Amino acid sequence: MTVLPAPAESTDIVLPRFSRAERWVHRTLGILMAALMLTGAVMFFPELSGLVGNRGIVRTVHEIAGWLIPIPLVLALFSRAFRSDASRLNRFTPADWQWLRSRDRRSGRIRVGKFNAGQKLNASWTLGTLIVLFGTGMVMFWSSLFPDAIRTGATFVHDWLSVAVVIIALGHIWMAYNDATARAGMRTGSVPLTWAEREHADWAAEITKDEITKDEVSPR
Amino acid sequence: MTDTPRTGTPIGRRVVLGIVGLGVAGVAAGRWLSEGVSDVVSAAAPGLAGVIPAAGGFRIYTVTGGYPEFNPATYRLSVSGLVDQPLSLSLTDLDDLPQTQMTKDFQCVTGWRVDDVPWSGVLLRDVIDAAGVEAGATALKFTSFDGVYTESLTLEQAQRDDVLVATSMYGKPIELKHGAPVRLIAAPMYAYKFIKWMDGIELTRTVEPGYWEVRGYDIDAWVGESNGRSDDPVV
Repeated sequence: MTVLPAPAESTDIVLPRFSRAERWVHRTLGILMAALMLTGAVMFFPELSGLVGNRGIVRTVHEIAGWLIPIPLVLALFSRAFRSDASRLNRFTPADWQWLRSRDRRSGRIRVGKFNAGQKLNASWTLGTLIVLFGTGMVMFWSSLFPDAIRTGATFVHDWLSVAVVIIALGHIWMAYNDATARAGMRTGSVPLTWAEREHADWAAEITKDEITKDEVSPR
Repeated sequence: MTDTPRTGTPIGRRVVLGIVGLGVAGVAAGRWLSEGVSDVVSAAAPGLAGVIPAAGGFRIYTVTGGYPEFNPATYRLSVSGLVDQPLSLSLTDLDDLPQTQMTKDFQCVTGWRVDDVPWSGVLLRDVIDAAGVEAGATALKFTSFDGVYTESLTLEQAQRDDVLVATSMYGKPIELKHGAPVRLIAAPMYAYKFIKWMDGIELTRTVEPGYWEVRGYDIDAWVGESNGRSDDPVV
């Protein structure tokens, strides 16, 4: 795990990576998921339950954050940039398969697009698991409407799946922690061309070709 | 080989649909799966269920700001209300009364169950007999020194031979998180009746619904025959 140098990139050409709407969706979803994970952990682990107590409040915060989760995702569909990126995240190219299989996937040898295969899988995992956690959460919320077996099944899936979601989310945070430029990309919306050429070569080529003809990329 | 939209295989959609499909299957098979998981975990890593309740352990519901404190030397269980002789029992007094052991499944109304939990202590019947029940008493009200938790039983329920004023669990003094030093065990009922940190028993004229009952749970909480559930009876 190398810590990438941030210098020299201030004078570099920058490429637009995430729109304002996308950054807002990412931030909102991140805050809601952090709230869900923390309150969930307090209800789940006996030692934390004893430390924090106040199950009524913790449970209400968890329920409210859970109900809010779909809102940023639905609003995001109104953003053209989000829809375009969602479409990119959905599609696996031959380079993605090659990238997944290779051992030197971090070297930049394999020219991936705007998102690498790991980011694509993370996006699909996050959406899929959020749908399942939302559904099983609703069963637990309206538990009296469901037979015992479904209640037990929903609790079982909700419990174990959230353990997996927390582990993957920690991995996501760890990757971001180790790449200050990627983090700045999500914070400011743009990334240096040199970074893009190393991490997402095909996207860098695609966007510089497009943008230079439109004369929109300018040195800062 | 550019990564423009609409080229390549839609793996993302398949992953999402796959996860949702597995989630639905997991819910359908969950009752069976969760029993399997707790069996495997208890065989392979006996301590894990204490850390991750989904592996078959107890879940702790604490509605106040943490566990209440008590001093074993000054702790007293009061028996009051419609009794001939109000009592104030120390832990030593409880130990001096006839001791009863029972091993019972512990069933929560939210669905989880812990099999074969050994308890010991004094039959509730023996405690109230020591105080003497006055005419007119038909019910019991239990209080907790957490200041919030209350419970109730009818006098008839309280006189069963599987209702215990427990001081020990798994052969050791009850842990704080499980209601130390004294917890009520009404074995054939859902465990929300098993008031933790108990410090008061009051004989009353009528049943006063407890903490969970005023929040919608049934007063007569027989396992499998209340709260809209059909769990197997506890044994």
